[in-house]
Amino acid sequence: MSGRRIEQGGRVERSRAIRFTFDGKGYSGFAGDTLASALLANGVQVFGRSFKYHRPRGVFAAGSEEPNALVTVMRDEARCTPNLRATQVELYDGLVARSQNRWPSLDFDVQAVNDLMSPLLPAAFYYKTFMWPRAAWHKVYEPIIRRAAGLGEPPTLPDPDRYSQRFAHCDVLVVGAGPAGIAAALTASASGARVMLCDEQPEFGGSLLDEPTASIDGATAADWIRNSIATLRSRANVTLLTRTTAFGYFPHNLIGLNERITEHLAAPPTDRPRERLWQVRAARVVIAAGSIERPLVFPGNDRPGVMLASAARTYLHRYGVAVGQNIVLVTGSDAAYSAALDLHAAGVRVALIADVRADAAGAPLDIARQAGIDVVTGATVLGTRGRLGVREVTIGVLGRGAVNDTRRVKCDALLVSGGYTPSVHLFSQSRGKLEFNEARQAFLPSISAEPESSAGSCRGIDGYAQVLNDGARVGAESALATGHSVATQEYRVQVHEFSMHGLPGVLPQANHLQPSRAFVDFQNDVTTKDLALAMREGFESVEHIKRYTTTGMATDQGKTSNMNALAFVASELGRTIPKVGLTTFRMPYTPVTFGIFAGYDRGDLFDPVRTTPMHDWAVQQGAVFEDVGQWKRARYFPRPGEDMHAAVDRECQAVRAGVGLFDASTLGKIEVVGPDAATFLSRLYVNGFATLAVGRSRYGILLRDDGFIYDDGVIARIAEDRFHVTTTTGGAARVFGMMEDYLQTEWPDLQCWLTSTTEQWAVIAVQGPRARDVLAPLVSDVDLAAAAMPHLGVTQGRICGVPMRLFRMSFTGELGYEVNVPADYGLAVWEAIHASGQSHGITPYGTETMHVLRAEKGYIIVGQETDGTVTPDDAGLGWAIAKSKPDFVGKRSLARETMHAPDRKQLVGLLTADPRVVLEEGAQIIATPGQHAPMKMIGHVTSAYHSAVLGRSIALALVRGGRARIGETLYVPMPGGEIAVQVTATVFYDVEGARLHG
Amino acid sequence: MADAALRRTVGLPTAAWLESPVPASRFILRGAAAARAAAGQGFGLPLPETACRAATDGNRAALWLGPDEQLLLAPDGEVDSIEAALARALQGHAHSLVDVSHRQVGIGIHGPHAEWLLEAQCPLPLNLRAFPVGMCTRTVFGKAEVVLWRPAEQVFRLEVWRSFATYVVELLREIERESAA
Repeated sequence: MSGRRIEQGGRVERSRAIRFTFDGKGYSGFAGDTLASALLANGVQVFGRSFKYHRPRGVFAAGSEEPNALVTVMRDEARCTPNLRATQVELYDGLVARSQNRWPSLDFDVQAVNDLMSPLLPAAFYYKTFMWPRAAWHKVYEPIIRRAAGLGEPPTLPDPDRYSQRFAHCDVLVVGAGPAGIAAALTASASGARVMLCDEQPEFGGSLLDEPTASIDGATAADWIRNSIATLRSRANVTLLTRTTAFGYFPHNLIGLNERITEHLAAPPTDRPRERLWQVRAARVVIAAGSIERPLVFPGNDRPGVMLASAARTYLHRYGVAVGQNIVLVTGSDAAYSAALDLHAAGVRVALIADVRADAAGAPLDIARQAGIDVVTGATVLGTRGRLGVREVTIGVLGRGAVNDTRRVKCDALLVSGGYTPSVHLFSQSRGKLEFNEARQAFLPSISAEPESSAGSCRGIDGYAQVLNDGARVGAESALATGHSVATQEYRVQVHEFSMHGLPGVLPQANHLQPSRAFVDFQNDVTTKDLALAMREGFESVEHIKRYTTTGMATDQGKTSNMNALAFVASELGRTIPKVGLTTFRMPYTPVTFGIFAGYDRGDLFDPVRTTPMHDWAVQQGAVFEDVGQWKRARYFPRPGEDMHAAVDRECQAVRAGVGLFDASTLGKIEVVGPDAATFLSRLYVNGFATLAVGRSRYGILLRDDGFIYDDGVIARIAEDRFHVTTTTGGAARVFGMMEDYLQTEWPDLQCWLTSTTEQWAVIAVQGPRARDVLAPLVSDVDLAAAAMPHLGVTQGRICGVPMRLFRMSFTGELGYEVNVPADYGLAVWEAIHASGQSHGITPYGTETMHVLRAEKGYIIVGQETDGTVTPDDAGLGWAIAKSKPDFVGKRSLARETMHAPDRKQLVGLLTADPRVVLEEGAQIIATPGQHAPMKMIGHVTSAYHSAVLGRSIALALVRGGRARIGETLYVPMPGGEIAVQVTATVFYDVEGARLHG
Repeated sequence: MADAALRRTVGLPTAAWLESPVPASRFILRGAAAARAAAGQGFGLPLPETACRAATDGNRAALWLGPDEQLLLAPDGEVDSIEAALARALQGHAHSLVDVSHRQVGIGIHGPHAEWLLEAQCPLPLNLRAFPVGMCTRTVFGKAEVVLWRPAEQVFRLEVWRSFATYVVELLREIERESAA
């Protein structure tokens, strides 16, 4: 036992006891405790085992910078969150927490043998050792290493919780609600500007919460915080967010906030989201992130009980916990004296203050000595002892460049401080430029890249009065920058405080090769030896050293380690710190759950599910659907006992022999209107449209400017200046975008405009020799006779009394119509056609049947027969190109010689020698049998189906010089052996096309 | 009209803050300034020439969607009469007038939480200063493209392509579940 709850003090609610377990053992804490403070109060010192060496580790800090005390918190099997910092886990009744990276127990860990083997586990040991044999990496080495070195385990069940996402806008976003942040929010909001204030902690106040004796403008710090927050809360223009981490700074002042909403509750209400992602667009950002105390680097500095001095002070003042009963402070800064003095005042024995500065003098030392505390200067730490917690520290006193006096001092907690490192993480993420400040021995914000300002100790301001006034000033200036004027404020502060200046780097040692290791990065187990080794092996760039040793690359991103690593590297290389440089700060500031990024995008809301007006009818008919982009399309309509093959065979035969009904509503539609509409379409498509008569339509091919097929569709001339353009289902949006782009940027002189009508029309395809008979009783003002309404004719009239655009067209090779009616009428007209067709055996069919029928006719599907490298000629569609046109998109590219090379892949048909064998789409094609890999591949299968009407399989394929190979036998090598195929023309059924014109 | 009985609008879930979509007459008008001015005469309402602003008169509205693009809204059943009136007014003016009555549905969202509901998944600021009464714009709501219009302080109207309407309303309902939070 070392830590304990003191009699009084702290901000915990002592009347509310909270029960919780850690590694199965029951403990009690108070409301307002963190897991770390409650465990410390219960005398627990070992919180986990380290990442690489499995060394016992205690809690080192009191906030989000904690490198050691990572725990798993379990609500149930699905709600199990690993790698949480015990210092940020708020206690709730029944909390179940587990330590990580230990087996079988925290106190006895089998893999602590790694620690004994540490001389064999230098930096980059894994890279060097497990290189050979290569195959062993995935199967043997990696799984073992992952199990041994590691963090907690994620849950295996789906996350049952809800996560929310919100956009928000404000004039001033203040990040961090310590003294600077609160002061900034007060002045900024007094101006009328819309202000958001967020803080990662459960209560506002930041470091002021650790100052029970401070007074601000005559009020205690606690009262000042309470009053200030009440003032902010009363202002309608202020949004206050606790438990909210600003984790990322994105371009144009977009800040990502992670709000934890129910994480701290014993019984989270099911209607509330667990966490929320805020995407805040702020006109100005005030970064008031404070600063983080720096550890000292000395042998044995990772032993449980070694802790930041500021953390000991936080545990005392916020949680009423003394972290030890007999402490030693080792410090390179004045500020840390407060921790020793406050603990001393609380009745804790302070065995020694060892100041590492030879020239330390002044108020803090005098006060400490007056209190009867032993203070030595020019000290260093030579080592620590204690198996599961520090029990003794060896202090050396330096004189004339050598250790000339050593003292062993018993202690149960060793407080350390190397001064404070300003938190410039967000500023650096914003791409702001940092500058090294010699006096502060710290990188400070210099030139901004975004409209933001830092305020308070994150920009090196020292002292509460100065920090408050800086916050007030920056708040006022930020509001002013958004057009809101307000006077700044001067605060009067009374507080016992000392300078936060300190010394980064490694404490001097008598012998450079210490047997005990001095840790720089606790979470990734990186020691000074590892850094020295990296430098000996030739790494001098801090970016390389970081990656080679992994220092600063753990989940804490080196909050406590980066400056020390940098200072050590600088001194070893004999360079200044700014010459060595700083690694990049990356988001997230602290780890963020996947949940907030998924947000609402799960289940039915994962992506919009688009359905046609006739969707519910198809559902009732038992259709099987497939996803086509965001659309649900009926794939086939199985009858009882039918599989897909049987259903598709039946549907195909129904269309060929009688009549079928197909929902084509998802096809893209664009209304192109204006006196120059025909000119526009002629410039865009390969076909000519100037000569297309009103009441006629034409199959159109659209190329990209590289000459390859982009989209296709039927284009109808509704009036002299009005065209109804159809696109593929998937191409609707991109074709519209391409058209609008050309109109706006290339041909703004054309008087022609676009309107998407994809969803205006429900499209019902009626296909088959009986199609005319089905429609005839339903239509009015329309003559369906072949003479009046030939293939590719278009007319307007009425069906079932509602307006209709009727297209005579066919993607099946049969007599066919496509009935376009305003979408709200789609279902009623569909049902009427279905009823009218009953006597003709009308059969609804799906996309699979559509695919087979068009393949029998050799009609291509863009994206199936084409892949972005197919020209019209390759696809056998050279006939569609209007040769006489001066230009169209892609024409110049088509003129390139290579576009006419005889060995280009051309679309052909394939018939397997065995008619029962259906080829696999995507299968490769070779010219001669019996080849060994690597074979010479000359093409691939693009479509393959069983054709019911032909009673055999058919396939389409792109084959090098394919049209010249018609009649040849080629081979499709498959795992089961080669399949011989005969090359044919692409049309398998009704070659002369008589049925189309029926 | 004989066709009213055949009409089936998109069926949407209900909510207290949600106005069930009612059929309407809708057009997209595109054309140069002179054509837009003439169309305003025919429509009986000067079309807004200020970016992202709507003009209303009685039960007709015109929404500025782009420099040459307006969305015209009128009660259901007026498609033929508006087409005829605009054809007369626009004689000699190159333009495009396209009936999109069935392309989209109008979703009304009203009440003190309307702004809060929409701001969750719309990346634009919707406070009254940034998005005053009478403003309209094309934007996104979640993963759906929408036209968003604020006819009154606590009333928004979303014009959504019909196949996205269910997604938009379900997403709004999911956001609403948090309003207690």
